[in-house]
Amino acid sequence: MEPDWGTSPDAVQFRFRDDEMVDHGTVTVDACCDQTNATAVRIEPGDDARHLLPYLDRLSLIEVNFPAFTDGRGYSSARILREAGYLGELRAVGDIGVDQLSHMRRCGFDAFAPDKPLDEQDARRAFATWDNVYQHGVDTIGKRRSTISEKRHEV
Amino acid sequence: MYVYDNYDQAMVDARVEEFRDQARRRLEGKLSEDQFKPLRLMNGLYLQLHAYMLRVAIPYGTLNSRQMSALGDIADRYDRGYGHFTTRQNIQYNWIKLEDAADILADLSKVEMHAIQTSGNCIRNISSDHFAGAAHDELVDPRPYAELMRQWSSFHPEFTYLPRKFKICVIASEKDRAAMRLHDIGIQIVRSGEGELGARFFVGGGMGRTPMIAPMIRDFVPLDQLITYAEACLRVYNRHGRRDNKYKARIKILVHELGKEEYTRQVEAEFVHLLEQGIEPPREELARIARYFAPPTFEDGPKQIDRSDPDFALWVDRNTHRHRHDSYVSAVISLKPVGGIPGDATGDQMRQMARLAKQYSFDELRIMHTQNVVLPHVRIADLHALWTELEAAGLGAPNLDTIEDIIACPGLDYCSLANARSIPLAQRLAERFAANGKTGKLGELKLKISGCINACGHHHAGHIGILGVDKKGVENYQLSLGGSEAEDVSLAKITGPGFDEDGVIEAVDTVTDLYLAQRKEGERFVDTYRRIGMEPFKEALYGA
Amino acid sequence: MKILTGNDLKTGAVIWWDGANWSIHVDCAADVGDQGEEIMAREEALRRVNVPYIVEATVSEKGIRPAHIKDRIRALGPTVRPDLTLKPQSPEAIDWVI
Repeated sequence: MEPDWGTSPDAVQFRFRDDEMVDHGTVTVDACCDQTNATAVRIEPGDDARHLLPYLDRLSLIEVNFPAFTDGRGYSSARILREAGYLGELRAVGDIGVDQLSHMRRCGFDAFAPDKPLDEQDARRAFATWDNVYQHGVDTIGKRRSTISEKRHEV
Repeated sequence: MYVYDNYDQAMVDARVEEFRDQARRRLEGKLSEDQFKPLRLMNGLYLQLHAYMLRVAIPYGTLNSRQMSALGDIADRYDRGYGHFTTRQNIQYNWIKLEDAADILADLSKVEMHAIQTSGNCIRNISSDHFAGAAHDELVDPRPYAELMRQWSSFHPEFTYLPRKFKICVIASEKDRAAMRLHDIGIQIVRSGEGELGARFFVGGGMGRTPMIAPMIRDFVPLDQLITYAEACLRVYNRHGRRDNKYKARIKILVHELGKEEYTRQVEAEFVHLLEQGIEPPREELARIARYFAPPTFEDGPKQIDRSDPDFALWVDRNTHRHRHDSYVSAVISLKPVGGIPGDATGDQMRQMARLAKQYSFDELRIMHTQNVVLPHVRIADLHALWTELEAAGLGAPNLDTIEDIIACPGLDYCSLANARSIPLAQRLAERFAANGKTGKLGELKLKISGCINACGHHHAGHIGILGVDKKGVENYQLSLGGSEAEDVSLAKITGPGFDEDGVIEAVDTVTDLYLAQRKEGERFVDTYRRIGMEPFKEALYGA
Repeated sequence: MKILTGNDLKTGAVIWWDGANWSIHVDCAADVGDQGEEIMAREEALRRVNVPYIVEATVSEKGIRPAHIKDRIRALGPTVRPDLTLKPQSPEAIDWVI
């Protein structure tokens, strides 16, 4: 794949990080395994996110593509990467609607580059959807947030 | 039964408001139908043949009288005075307006009900044994585990866009009264040799176009790892289930194509990983939930049933089930009056059933996947009085598990997916057998009709199954024999060429006559079929 | 003839294009010839219809009859509940569907 392929920083509509955005090209998962200096990767729905596990330390951007919002493989990819300790930017790109944002956030995405820009107000509301959560997600790792059943039994 | 706490109520209320907003955006044009469809499906709202259809969740088929009354009120207020109880223990309303949908969800939330995840490519209503908590032969009440899984699966951020729908069933007896082996995940609560309770996982069952019986994936999962194991099963499916072909997207295809061993290997690897993540709910949570399912205070009373009234005795023989307490039975309210629409109940009938539950059954009802209603805990002393009231209300048909107790999907009369009508066929068959007096002679005979290959009528699991197809624009019916949804699970086999409506009714007569002629002592229809095979039936139907 | 059908967005009711508006009565349906796609796209964008599609139908002195039984059921109502159909008083209506 061409080295300057990937989402431009301009396309990122929402971001929950303070650091600088990566603004050079991303590579495919296959290329990442070959290139020892790749710092940005794009995962397609059919890619195995675990192939990136050996390289997480040097990656500062992982894009996860959602060619169709109904294809939910990217949610698992995101969670797997965060569970493995990835701390860099995890960016959802592609067919993203307002109604997918909160689930994506819970799976560990901290940047969003939807194909079609979303209404800011709708998005803000969407990110605030879950006052409480039933099940674990990336947001409950390290007890940053408790699930409902944990709250029910807090000492 | 389970009662919402503030967290549960807030969840459901928030979802109502979220849907209200989504519906508003749709009506204003901010959302296209393509964008709105998966969202409305996740709140159980279909666009069907005649109007929108709303499928309301009845978690593991359990509800109280207040809830059943509310369902009746919704039928009257927002629909056309009736609802349909489904083969997944839910209820469907057929004449819903989109502009009313959020208000209906609000009314439901007031009685701790919802339509969340009753459609869409997500985890659906978790089903269970309709005699749970009452059956004499269960190990434990399976419903606390079903409730734990219900909460875990609700708004799961990773599993909201699965390749296809996902159906889970939890039972806790050797007898399978919930078609557990025909689910995407079927769980049987079992006891280990050391006396510990655990979950036996069966993954990859289903009906539809390619019916499959779920193989056992794991013999014993300790109960404090139940959610973690389920999550591992789902994650492997979400990552690797087929997404190229809607008809090959269920987990049964993945398990079949990978093979049970490879699928299991992947689940076990993911399970090990997820155990490290610590995603299991605290143990105290299962204990908290289980307290809601503590049995009611049963009282000793008469243990003998007065059988002097032959009509009552027939109803007792057919429609009651042995209870764990010998002064009680579970009673089945038939929604299959001869000539009626299987599984339908009017608003008035729902309120009547609610009242009867309050009076006779500790305020609890169950919906069966066979589209009847259970009053789980009825004192033997009260049984005759209950039956009298059921008779008066048209709910006393004594036909459970007989050929008149037909399971039928809504079919082409209601469903846009259907190829043929199923209800008129069910009506005519029930009328025929009620008239010719064969019902009693035939004994246990589970006849199931699906109006299309999606198999919502579970015809693959019928002792006699009928599938409606479209044959050059004309309704046609395929007959199949020998299926079973119980612990003797099997998939029915097609007899041969299909029939028109008159023809398939004759065909059912033919095969039942053959059974009556060939059966040995104690054999049900399905037993005789299993012994003599398809050939004699084929001959009788199509000639030599 | 080719006619257009769909559901009303708000109510879900089955509707038929009559040439200018959407009607619940299939006998009002207009022959759209080869204009079907264009009309559908326009009307759906205006939210005057939801999920429209083109249906083959025949016309006689008895009215307009969709070619497929599914659309006839949509036009009338469920055959097993005549009381809920558009023609509850008319027993021949069920025959018309079948």
